[in-house]
Amino acid sequence: MANVVLNQITKQFRNVTALRDVSFEIKDGEFFVLLGPTGAGKTTSLRVIAGLEKQDAGTVTFDGEAVDARSPAERDIAFVFQQYSLYPTMSVYDNLAFPLRSPLRKTPEAEIKTRVTATAEKLRISHLLERKTAKLSGGEMQRVSIGRAIVRNPRIFLMDEPLSNLDAKLRESLRIELEHIQKTQQSTTLYVTHDQVEALTLADRIAVLRQGRVVQIGTPQDIYDRPANVFVAQLVGTPRINLPSATRTNQALTVTGSDIQMPLPANGQAFPPSITLGIRPEDVQPASDGAFAGQINLIEPLGVETILHIKSGEQTLLSMVSGMSQARIGENVRFNIAPDRLHYFDGNGMRVAV
Amino acid sequence: MFPDNQTSQRTGYQQRQLSDRSIQWLFITPTLILLALFNIFPLFYSLYLSFTDFSAIGTAAPVWVGFKNFSTLLNDPQIWKYFATTGRFAFLSVGLQTVLGFALAMLLREKFRGSGLITTLILIPMMLSPVVVGFFWKSIFNPSSGIFNYALGYFHPASAPGPSWLDSSSRALWAVVIVDVWMWTPFVMLLCLSGLNAIPDYLYEAAAIDRASAWFQFWRITLPQVLPLLMIAVLFRTIEAFKSFDLVMGMTGGGPGDSTELVAVNLFRIAFEGQWRTSYASALAYIVLVIIMAISNVYIRNLNKVRGEG
Repeated sequence: MANVVLNQITKQFRNVTALRDVSFEIKDGEFFVLLGPTGAGKTTSLRVIAGLEKQDAGTVTFDGEAVDARSPAERDIAFVFQQYSLYPTMSVYDNLAFPLRSPLRKTPEAEIKTRVTATAEKLRISHLLERKTAKLSGGEMQRVSIGRAIVRNPRIFLMDEPLSNLDAKLRESLRIELEHIQKTQQSTTLYVTHDQVEALTLADRIAVLRQGRVVQIGTPQDIYDRPANVFVAQLVGTPRINLPSATRTNQALTVTGSDIQMPLPANGQAFPPSITLGIRPEDVQPASDGAFAGQINLIEPLGVETILHIKSGEQTLLSMVSGMSQARIGENVRFNIAPDRLHYFDGNGMRVAV
Repeated sequence: MFPDNQTSQRTGYQQRQLSDRSIQWLFITPTLILLALFNIFPLFYSLYLSFTDFSAIGTAAPVWVGFKNFSTLLNDPQIWKYFATTGRFAFLSVGLQTVLGFALAMLLREKFRGSGLITTLILIPMMLSPVVVGFFWKSIFNPSSGIFNYALGYFHPASAPGPSWLDSSSRALWAVVIVDVWMWTPFVMLLCLSGLNAIPDYLYEAAAIDRASAWFQFWRITLPQVLPLLMIAVLFRTIEAFKSFDLVMGMTGGGPGDSTELVAVNLFRIAFEGQWRTSYASALAYIVLVIIMAISNVYIRNLNKVRGEG
């Protein structure tokens, strides 16, 4: 396992700049997630680390040693592709044994057998070992391709949206298994996803990418509780964060087109006159003695929680309450907003520190 | 079933419009008539004729003779020799086309400046008429004025003035094979190329990361993925090789002697030269049909097996 550093990587494809000055460090044993929408440059970063793409500028170092000149084979990495990249004519066993059988490694056949068996048990695919890969289901295929990565001890695991081709149930169970395997093996892992739930649940640290730039790096809690800008705030959290605009007066912040007034925080006098508030839906809570009045517009019951769309003046705020709500559409409600959990963003969408 | 039918009967105006079903029949019927007249009827009539004694230029009606035509044919060593020649021709030309076609496809797989143009140029031979190809290759093979021996002499001066091709009973079949390969290698290449282009890059990337050798990548990724299409190409070419007629007719007419007398060429002679032995020719045609069907069956079985694994 290794400490992997990307230093000011830039990569250009014809007219598109895929990566601009991307820098981050993956510490030894860390589960690092790259999060971002399609086209943000996540996969390109992964492929640059793997050596499948050559960057135009910047360096990649493994344990302080530049690997830019090395081929993918020489970098000693394991890659799990979004499409299950199994060798079609070989059995599951041979697929798993394949990286160990490389002439560059020369693992004795007895050890191969031990390791393949152990890996298969870990991923619960022991009963599939003799099967041809073409006859497997999607979930089984992705297990095998994860198995092919963990069967040896590479310096880093690179995973490119490994769960996105699976159905929701399978994705969830395999996600938990992945996390378990990573934690028990302490393997350095770089995991690419556009799914914020995967990012928040799996990551030790997350780097958010947007249009080839790193927007924010931090722990899941940093990303969720202190989003660096409006983009990050919208990217993580379901349902989406409320982002009403507000104007500052000397005493308070008034949400545009409604009666909602929030007190200014301690350094509030330094705020710009017009500001965007970030209010997480769980911080909007109905209460009989609530400070603000509104009307329920829409109800989305999800079982474990319910999302209420509360219209207050011209603004509609999402509120998340636990359990099934007894509220009715059209009903008048009063609600509170937790003032200490608000986020403030300036005219450029950047976070304003409190 | 067709709601339009019901609505169209309600008013006089709509009745004059055609229902979906009538339109379907209108389009299908001409084709059906042509098929019945020129394919289905001859197929069964020739089967009937193969059990009779009949000549299309004679005046006598067909006389039922049972299996006599078949037993005569199958006991004729000459016919067996033509079958052997056909088999040799099919094996050599299809074998060479497969190897060369696959190799060309591997070369053209990498895109480079002008690769599209080169692919198109390579495909031209298979668009030409076989008889025309036969005639101009006859000129090319001409020992005194042809460019083939000239080129041979140019690259290999020791062999000048070069051997005769179409006049030599040992080389004539090779000459026909060379032309068939020239004409049909592009077809095999085209199918292989589409197979190669369908192989996803990530398989090779996974192999590169797993430190697989180029040899492994070829045997375990490239070949298995292309195999189904390659086999279809081989199947088509084998069937065509067994039916080869026009190319040989244009080049050698079956000669010299009977060295390039393929079954189809001989079939033509029996049917349309000399006494026009129509019923005898029908019997031979049915034997060829059964052989082609048997070969195709073996191929298709293997193809399904390969598909099942891949």
